[in-house]
Amino acid sequence: MKLEGNNLTFRYRKDRKPVLEGVSISVESGERLGLVGPSGRGKTTLCRLLAGYEKPTSGEVLLDGKPLSAWKGPCPVQLLWQNPETAVDPRMKMEQVLAEGGPVAPSLLEALGIQPDWLTRWPGELSGGELQRFCIARALGPATQILLCDEMSAMLDYITQAQLWRVVLDEAKRRNLGLLVVSHAGKLLQQVCTRTIAL
Amino acid sequence: METPVLEVEDLSISFTQYAHGAGRRELPVIKGLDLTIQPGEISAVVGSSGSGKSLLAHALLGLLPYNASCTGTIRYRGQPLTEKRSEQLRGKEIVLVPQSVNFLDPLMQVGPQLARGRKNRKEKIRAVLARYGLGRETEDLYPFELSGGMARRVLISSAVLEKPSLVIADEPTPGLDGPSAKRILGHFRELADEGAAVLFITHDLELALTAADRVAVFYAGVTVEECPAAGFGCQAHHPYTAALWRAMPGNGFTPIPGSQPYPGQEGKGCPFAPRCDRRTEGCTGAIPIRREGRNYIRCVREGVVP
Repeated sequence: MKLEGNNLTFRYRKDRKPVLEGVSISVESGERLGLVGPSGRGKTTLCRLLAGYEKPTSGEVLLDGKPLSAWKGPCPVQLLWQNPETAVDPRMKMEQVLAEGGPVAPSLLEALGIQPDWLTRWPGELSGGELQRFCIARALGPATQILLCDEMSAMLDYITQAQLWRVVLDEAKRRNLGLLVVSHAGKLLQQVCTRTIAL
Repeated sequence: METPVLEVEDLSISFTQYAHGAGRRELPVIKGLDLTIQPGEISAVVGSSGSGKSLLAHALLGLLPYNASCTGTIRYRGQPLTEKRSEQLRGKEIVLVPQSVNFLDPLMQVGPQLARGRKNRKEKIRAVLARYGLGRETEDLYPFELSGGMARRVLISSAVLEKPSLVIADEPTPGLDGPSAKRILGHFRELADEGAAVLFITHDLELALTAADRVAVFYAGVTVEECPAAGFGCQAHHPYTAALWRAMPGNGFTPIPGSQPYPGQEGKGCPFAPRCDRRTEGCTGAIPIRREGRNYIRCVREGVVP
């Protein structure tokens, strides 16, 4: 599968200058693309556009030549957010949060180190690293083909980072997923990505 | 030898919680934490979230909540730092550079906010802002109009308006790109060069090593190690530090299984023992500290070179 953003321009307000102007990007299955750029350059905005959370002011986002909205069922493009605290509904228990992405293989839960008793807790009762494990499991549902990782490990210690990346990379290889990895950490991108572009 | 600005010895902090009905229990969060900082030094405290880093900052500022109790000694310039003393010193000699823009008053412009109600400080504020590359126009901005990097510089300006001798920086760089983070850390180095001691709290070991003179590694409320930043990774380390080093993207990216135990759920002895590949029977007992000058490792065995 191939996710393409063609000539994307996006502005949050009409009277402001656009955050993104004429940006084109493409990610294919089996590819791990790194994206770097200084703060405020629009990396997160680009991820939001590619995952369908925002509509571009001009330009188009296509998955295998069709617009994202033409795909039925769970979206094949999933986004992992920088702050997992803001990506889960605080009024849902963790098992419900997990179910949002469809059925999750027990082996994946185990690989991510999710303890069975965490499932009955509220999001506020888990740490950022623990919540991010749930977000990864939720984003790796059976329909997922392209995974966008927006600084998904920046707030974690290195051991947890290495644990989570190992799971994501194993899963990406096994299922031939396409990955877009946004990060400020150059060494991480060297480890994870097949190629890197700058915004 | 100079008197250290800060000496923390065997600090423990626990919270009293209501468990079932009126039954109460003590939840130890920090157990046996040690740290010293000399003037002119940047000392990094590295640990994952939940290891007790921010709690240490709050204890130093005397800002622990009412249900916390604190044992052990904290000495500031050789004298015990009591709650009363830290109340007098905080904001003047001991200052905090908090994590995020949320610590600024959202309804107050930067200028009045820095003046803290005093009228005769215009010149001083202007000079401090200029030092961090912020022009006069910054004084009229509200916090929501600042970018992440600008907000960080305003927070530092606010901290250095008085002449602090201990600066506590709690995760001052997350979310900033490499050059911006380096610039912020450069500002802390300037403060240290002027004689202040800087306590730099972070979860990012790589950043700590580029910025600090010394590194203290926390794990589950215990300082497992304190050592110089120069030559880190080539010397003998505590097994947790070694595992952290090997998990860095530049050094192999190798994870170890498991996660940090919750407060109150760790067993006796070394909190890292369940995840350690070098554990012995001795790990469940009292853990001796191997001391060499100011460096130490809290482990029953010799340190490992990662």
